[in-house]
Amino acid sequence: MKVDKKEIEILELLEKNGRMDVHTIAQMVELSPEEVEQAIQKFEDQQIIHGYSTLIDWTEVLGYEGVTAMIDVKVTPVRGKGFNDVAERIYRFPEVKAVYLMSGAYDLSVSVEGKTMSQVARFVSEKLSTLDTVISTTTHFILKKYKHDGIIFGEDDNNDRRMPVSP
Amino acid sequence: MSSDTSRFIAEHVDSLKPSGIRRFFDLASTMENVISLGVGEPDFVTPWNVIEASYHSLEQGYTAYTANAGLLELRQLIAEYLQSAYAVPYRAEDQVIVTVGASQAIDIALRAILNPGDEVIIVEPCFVAYASAVTLAGGVPVSVGTQAANEFKLQPEELMNSITKRTKAIILCNPNNPTGTMLSREELLPIANLIQEHDLLVLSDEIYAELSYDDGYVSFASLPEMYERTILISGFSKSFAMTGWRLGYAAGPAALIQAMTKIHQYTIMCAPTMAQYGAVEALRSGSASVEQMKKSYRQRRNFVMTAFEDMGLMTNRPGGAFYIFPSIKETGLSSEEFAEALLIEEKVAVVPGSVFGESGEGYIRCSYATSMKQLTEAMKRIKRFVERRLI
Repeated sequence: MKVDKKEIEILELLEKNGRMDVHTIAQMVELSPEEVEQAIQKFEDQQIIHGYSTLIDWTEVLGYEGVTAMIDVKVTPVRGKGFNDVAERIYRFPEVKAVYLMSGAYDLSVSVEGKTMSQVARFVSEKLSTLDTVISTTTHFILKKYKHDGIIFGEDDNNDRRMPVSP
Repeated sequence: MSSDTSRFIAEHVDSLKPSGIRRFFDLASTMENVISLGVGEPDFVTPWNVIEASYHSLEQGYTAYTANAGLLELRQLIAEYLQSAYAVPYRAEDQVIVTVGASQAIDIALRAILNPGDEVIIVEPCFVAYASAVTLAGGVPVSVGTQAANEFKLQPEELMNSITKRTKAIILCNPNNPTGTMLSREELLPIANLIQEHDLLVLSDEIYAELSYDDGYVSFASLPEMYERTILISGFSKSFAMTGWRLGYAAGPAALIQAMTKIHQYTIMCAPTMAQYGAVEALRSGSASVEQMKKSYRQRRNFVMTAFEDMGLMTNRPGGAFYIFPSIKETGLSSEEFAEALLIEEKVAVVPGSVFGESGEGYIRCSYATSMKQLTEAMKRIKRFVERRLI
């Protein structure tokens, strides 16, 4: 889908802050609120905007437990269908948060979330490794997230080091 | 023997008034949770690759002086940049000098050209340091005001009326601090004609040039016959978010830059080396960061402009920089009263227009170089304040 410069600006603003209201966006990109609304509707219809998610640093939430693992998966591509079939079989599992086809030493990069390490381990050994086309898996548990989706965790946005008034 | 040591202070220094911004800063810094629209600097941190390059230069042991005029490599990059961005050709060897901020470039330019009593025309409202810099260099500042009715654009006839036999130079800031006004080629040409006619020199402060929102920014030096009459002054503070690095430059006719280099050599020696290595990296790979910051400033400009219009405060449309200069005349308050009451009642710091010269009275300078979250809240508070005052 062809989008113009201002529409790209709308997407960038929403990517940074999905809760930014239509009126503010309209002022910032010099369009009417109706035009912005229409553009957003169009992006949603055309699946350019897939959803609005919130970036949460769960490690800061006391009482929440969860682990994430990145799994390198080597697979045998299926004649006529390449990697798509096996990718689909994998991404349908609710534990799986992301699947990417990769170049290099392995084929699929699979991000899996679970409540505990043993839950993730069980998913890998019982569900993922047992798929016909899967040759091997290498599981890496994420120990700490420093930066995710362009956002540095733990960095205070309002930490303005400037003096209150300057020339 | 008197213990009053102020008797030692030179008269021309003693006569300087402290900057109005300073007084306001003192007031604002005593208060907590103030939203500040009073800062004349970017809210971004210097792009990481620039910081990293500076670290690297220290690790490599580049901690000694550079040439007086600055690293040749940096001067070459500045010359290439001025050529590609504004089509003005300068030789790195003798037409470019790296300074401690654009402020020092202005200072040494004035000291290099002024004889005692020479007049320098200053277009108000303007950056607070121009007039004092002229005085400190032994010259006499002569103000020419601009009006909101003309979008704060310098009118050639008003310039003409203030030129005397003693006039030597004019300081132009385009885009302007504090109004954000940007002059187009058509608007600059008649000014250039007058300058030619009266044999004047121009100190063209182009520190905000990279932050111009409308296409077709024109450097004064690129106008016909102006190359030999212009000292182009700029720096890294605003466009690359490097205010604390204190790194600027001047480019111009070789004789003038050499005269400036003499003063620079005997007073500063050279600009800080680590900052110069950072600037090299900024010019090599920083243009994407500048574009991104500029886009963000433009969006915020649009936001605050509409917000001021909504609350009934007349405002010009800033073509560049990151300031907006709305009129507060409707409230019946002076700009100092407005800024002070706003600070005390709503904890929003803005700068009274009067500190930028007489023609700034009746306006306030708001910097929109701050987060959208802060801007949204600040506009809400200013609106509340204005509504109370208008009743």
